[in-house]
Amino acid sequence: MAKIFIPTMLQSLTAGAKQVDVEARNVRQVIEQLEVLYPGIKDRLVEDGQIRPNLAIAIDGDIAIMGMLEKVGENSEVHFVPAIGGGR
Amino acid sequence: MISNQVLSEVEFNVVGKRPLRPDGVDKVTGRAQYGDDTNLTGTLRAKVLRSPHPHARIKSIDTSKAEAFPGVRAVVTAKDLPFASLSKDELGGEYTALKYASDHMLASDKALFKGHPIAALAAVNAHVAESALALIQVEYEVLKPVVDVREAMKDDAPLIHEDLRTNDMGETGDKPSNIATHMSYSTGDIDKGFAEADLVMENEYTTATVHQGYIEPHNTTAFWNSDGQLNIWTSTQGSFQVRGTVAGVLRIPVSQVKVIPMEIGGGFGGKITAYLDAICAVLSKKTGAPVKALMTRTEVFEASGPAPASWMRVKIGVKNNGKMTAVEAEIAMDAGAYPGSPAMQAIVCAFACYDVENGKVDGYDVVDNKPKTAAYRAPGSPQAAFAVESLIDEICGELKMDPIDFRLLNAAKEGTRRIEGLVARRIGLVECLEAARDHDHYKAKLDEGIGRGVACGYWPNRGFQSSVVMTVNYDGVVSLIMGSVDIGGTRASIAQQAAETLGIAYEDVKPTVVDTDSIGYTFITGGSRTAFATGLAAINAAEDVKSQMVSRAAKIWDTDEDDIEYVAGIVQHKSDEELKFTFKDLARQLATTGGSISGRASVDPTGEGNGYAVHIVDVTVDPDTGKTDVTRFTAVQDAGKAVHPSYVEGQMQGGAVQGIGWALNEEYFFDDSGKMMNPTFLDYRMPTSLDLPMIDTVIVEVANPGHPYGVRGVGEASIVPPMAAIGNAVHAATGHRMRSLPITPGRILEAGWENGRS
Repeated sequence: MAKIFIPTMLQSLTAGAKQVDVEARNVRQVIEQLEVLYPGIKDRLVEDGQIRPNLAIAIDGDIAIMGMLEKVGENSEVHFVPAIGGGR
Repeated sequence: MISNQVLSEVEFNVVGKRPLRPDGVDKVTGRAQYGDDTNLTGTLRAKVLRSPHPHARIKSIDTSKAEAFPGVRAVVTAKDLPFASLSKDELGGEYTALKYASDHMLASDKALFKGHPIAALAAVNAHVAESALALIQVEYEVLKPVVDVREAMKDDAPLIHEDLRTNDMGETGDKPSNIATHMSYSTGDIDKGFAEADLVMENEYTTATVHQGYIEPHNTTAFWNSDGQLNIWTSTQGSFQVRGTVAGVLRIPVSQVKVIPMEIGGGFGGKITAYLDAICAVLSKKTGAPVKALMTRTEVFEASGPAPASWMRVKIGVKNNGKMTAVEAEIAMDAGAYPGSPAMQAIVCAFACYDVENGKVDGYDVVDNKPKTAAYRAPGSPQAAFAVESLIDEICGELKMDPIDFRLLNAAKEGTRRIEGLVARRIGLVECLEAARDHDHYKAKLDEGIGRGVACGYWPNRGFQSSVVMTVNYDGVVSLIMGSVDIGGTRASIAQQAAETLGIAYEDVKPTVVDTDSIGYTFITGGSRTAFATGLAAINAAEDVKSQMVSRAAKIWDTDEDDIEYVAGIVQHKSDEELKFTFKDLARQLATTGGSISGRASVDPTGEGNGYAVHIVDVTVDPDTGKTDVTRFTAVQDAGKAVHPSYVEGQMQGGAVQGIGWALNEEYFFDDSGKMMNPTFLDYRMPTSLDLPMIDTVIVEVANPGHPYGVRGVGEASIVPPMAAIGNAVHAATGHRMRSLPITPGRILEAGWENGRS
């Protein structure tokens, strides 16, 4: 099961749970599973079918470059982190 | 004293050496072509009419007199941009993004900062354009401005956008606000962590709006041909970024726009945003002629994108032995006229140097009546480090603990989980701290009157998309083309990685930066990504070349490809020593074995290696004038692998110097009406070589496991520690703790008067 880390601001939707385990093979399935468990959480993470522009998904420490299509491993860690650009 | 050290783990043949840069001769002889050198036949000159008010409603614009002025060929306002003719219903979810992007080019309903473009015109020359600009009549309803981030956050602050509501991680606020976004992350149990501490300290910090200060002003030439093709010659860190912005605002396909990136006279993050390109494009479409625009220095200050001002509150708890038990920060940054400050990057970076179990960070992205902020080297991280590293210095003072020992005790290392949740891979902070501790500078005795400060800094470094194509010429020289604009010597560093992979000489790789029609999508030169990501593309393209070279040898020797190996630039048969080609020998055979060979690669890599820096600085402070002089400065940084150590040292020194300016001199001064009062280099004081000591460097090389040669990226971490290091040194020299930037002579004297010391 993939370990999904719930961002602090969304823990009100998960009754305080900071981490949940879900069966999912990609990010889309992760979010669908979360929505089943915690209705309303999908809208907080997704906009127009894509991850919200100020968020990035990290899977096992790597930023998911394919967004919703990115594969998730059986024991992966999944984080929703601020999107970061750069200046130089 | 050794001024430049490289602490290498691994040696290569080409990577890690210091060859001449391919663009060096052209640049030092003045032959390199910059944007303003573009002079197409019949080029018109554009000028932009800008708002004199930081906040005003535009009631009417009358361009008739300017249009009738002799020599004027066209005038444009926001009505000439596609947004003006599209309804909210038509645009749907795109509405707000397009309104912001379009209005940033030419304001439609409100001027949101002094310098906001209101109209533009094209004329036969710049003098005519300048004269005609004065004939455009704009009627404004002047509104109350707000240019302070904390003031802008108040409920009764003037609203910049009447329809903007706070995005609380996907939840929209119930009333209009200047707070565009709020994010919060936490780990562990913050209350428990502070309860366990023997010492808890908390303070507030502020930093001013500062500019990147690149030498070359923004410029562009656009020609919208009658066949519909739009060509743009411009100074930019990202040609594909300009293409996307222009195509988006003008609602045309990206393939209709070709951006030709010229040489760039500095960017530091400030040349990612496209300011003049769409304006010149529309003027060109109206006139049928090429149109060029060049900002004045005042326009650069007032209307391009500085780094945000910030307000920060930091709280740290420690045990008596120095172990951190809990950390907390609130960081608010002003985005200027439109959302997009790096506040969220700041909260990621704030405590990334430390391994602490309990932490909480909150970030606020706030709009106000300043120009829309842009990236500036490690966006968000320098401000956060000023606050965190200053408070840590205070804690070290209270605990009477050596500041490097404190940081070594708490340093992030492989396996450290940061507050936002990510776990650090192999990183080099500990090695940087050890190098700083062992450096001659840190061990040197302090003369009377000198204060010494240290601070750490972090930048995650990025990957993103890059493309490279390499063609083998029949003389064995490889032509390498890429989309990454060369700011800091990346032609050389990419060519070195290609040469290393091919096993050929650096001089046998000829790198060229090309336009957006000639190469696959390539993200900006920024985020300390180019040597890493475009380097990976070059390595992969070189591997493609190698496999094709093996294939040609197999054809010549009439053998199977599996019987052939490519080793250090030699293609050889595995079992017949007589059968071998040097790279050049085989290149000569290409014409008769199927023609030229091209290797190509497009990458979007993960595996970027985080960058850490540690700075040591000595200062003296004149007790009568409050003037601070930096007398010695040593910058230590983990490069992973320094591909070209001279350019890495240049990046480290450049970041340190910009940080010194940020710490001691630089700030936008605003008058009571919200107007910037110092938009020239005479009054916006950046340090020159006369103000500075030599910046000594130590390159630490802890290889990034995500890159074949260990490259991390180096352009940004070096600007993160200087402000806190200097503030800590000023405290050591004077006893005054400076919690606001810049640390001007006046502020130091005021601190002295408040402390009763002067």
